[in-house]
Amino acid sequence: MSELSGIGVGRGIAAGPVARMSPPPPAPADEASARSAEDETQRVQVAVAEVAAELEARGRTAGGMARDVLEAQAMMAQDPTLHDAVATRLQAGKTGEYAVHEAFAEFRATLEALGGYLGERASDLSDVSQRVIASLRGLPAPGVPDPGHPFILVAEDLAPADTALLNLDQVQALVTIQGGPTSHTAILAREKSITAIVGVAEAESLTEGQQVIVDAGAGTVITDPTQEQLDEAEARRAAHEAEAAAPITPGALADGTAVPLLANLGSAKSTDKAVALGAEGVGLFRTEFLFLSADEAPSVDEQRQAYQSVLEAFPGQKVVVRALDAGADKPLSFLNDAPEENPALGLRGLRALMANEQILTDQLTALAQAQENTEADVWVMAPMVSTVEEAEAFTALAKEHGLATAGVMVEVPSIALMADELLTRTDFASIGTNDLTQYTMAADRLLGSVASLQDPWHPAVLRLIREVGAAGIASGKPVGVCGEAAADPLLAVVLVGLGVNTLSMSPAALADVRAELKLHTVEEARSIAAAALTAATATQAREAAQGAAQKS
Amino acid sequence: MSSTRTVTVASSQGLHARPAKLFVEAAQASGAQVTIAKGEKSVNAASILGVLSLGVEKDDQVLLTAEGENEEQTLDSLEQFLTTDHDSAS
Repeated sequence: MSELSGIGVGRGIAAGPVARMSPPPPAPADEASARSAEDETQRVQVAVAEVAAELEARGRTAGGMARDVLEAQAMMAQDPTLHDAVATRLQAGKTGEYAVHEAFAEFRATLEALGGYLGERASDLSDVSQRVIASLRGLPAPGVPDPGHPFILVAEDLAPADTALLNLDQVQALVTIQGGPTSHTAILAREKSITAIVGVAEAESLTEGQQVIVDAGAGTVITDPTQEQLDEAEARRAAHEAEAAAPITPGALADGTAVPLLANLGSAKSTDKAVALGAEGVGLFRTEFLFLSADEAPSVDEQRQAYQSVLEAFPGQKVVVRALDAGADKPLSFLNDAPEENPALGLRGLRALMANEQILTDQLTALAQAQENTEADVWVMAPMVSTVEEAEAFTALAKEHGLATAGVMVEVPSIALMADELLTRTDFASIGTNDLTQYTMAADRLLGSVASLQDPWHPAVLRLIREVGAAGIASGKPVGVCGEAAADPLLAVVLVGLGVNTLSMSPAALADVRAELKLHTVEEARSIAAAALTAATATQAREAAQGAAQKS
Repeated sequence: MSSTRTVTVASSQGLHARPAKLFVEAAQASGAQVTIAKGEKSVNAASILGVLSLGVEKDDQVLLTAEGENEEQTLDSLEQFLTTDHDSAS
């Protein structure tokens, strides 16, 4: 038995055999075949039949939409046109691997050139091609494994395309070698409530079929566990499941201190789920979805309708709407089409809105109208604010448009450090921990090679949050958190200990955070936060908080 | 000998996705050699990649050609397939 450590997502626990995600085979070289064309043809036929049979079998198991996709892939593997293209290359003396690679690549290019839906099918074709090549070489099929029984998925990292195919009935937990707490895998795991540990560097050593326990709360993978450990894990898994199914109560600490738990929403579609999971309002309603697919800003009327459909779901409750946050990873041509060397440090967020004031005033007008027509308590906030003047200007503009409660996001260290001056000039602050971490650590949150720096547990980030929390207490103005940090149950306790009043997260994370808050009083939350603040590193902060939490 | 038929496609997704797969399956099952053409381009109807690469949209006219056993019967059933909107049901 040994123990590997990483960054746990949520508090789930699971046990099972490892299945590893195989990397795609390297592209074959263009070299003359040592076999006859007949032998190569025979090999390719066997491989194609094997891949088609496997895809069909997976389709039968998967059912639904996935079945159609997989069966279409099986048809692609056996496509007669493709067969001819492969045969021509085999006659020319190429290897089976190369003939398959090149013939599929040619069709892929044709589909991509057609664009749209067909362009998307191009990746299906690449997947089939890699499967056939892997089969020709006697390698395991690349991509998400399907051993036919429940398993723990171990991968280098997961791409969105991989996770879309995950069979959640079979995947008991995810363990990735790369990735940080805001990686795609972590976000997916949180959304779908999958037990996961990311950034487990030593997971490289896990072998196919090896038994492991994945304990996300502790951030550890236990290999070859004893029966006793397995029994304990099963008992904890059942307890965690019961917790998740427990009646929904408003977010509160053990001593009854209320900590409203709010939802992060990116469109009107997910409101039902948020309400069902007990969201006591919305702490971050992102409005980008209205703009991202458009060539020009949507009309006031279109915006009003979209805002109204979210506000209607939360009568009498708070809904914090964030003004358009474009730029950097979400560029919008009509807002800013000047190329920038460092878009994350460029004309984005409120800066871009102030440079295009009509877009901002239209948005505020639409929001004020939606507020008139619904019962929700509408708050509005500006993204990417760096100075007190920006906060003042935004707050004044929002009030002019009839929005009574206007605040700003704290994502830039400069405004966190000025929190006391900020909160005398605006109504509230909402800390966006993903960007605050990115800017504090000077590490691009989308760049895998610096993902280890993107950790909201870093004491530098916690100290900035302390400034904002203290300013909130001194001024009596509310301070919320709406980044991934709020969805990490223990970090949520730390945030409350630092003076944060409300926590907003993806709805799926609500149950775990609600359960953890109930375990600690406000005094205990403060001492857990104090323990984390004494640390020198993110890892030490996490450990210090875990130690202090166990005592409370 | 071969028979031909011009058909207007009714499926709201055209011949993409699921309808393309079902069409190719039907062509394969017919036992006849079937080609489908849109404009100048003609492909083997038993090839999903060929059919997809035509990029057939709703209301496009396609020319079906069948050669071999049961030509007319094959064309009848394929025509019926193409003039049905397979997406409205799901």
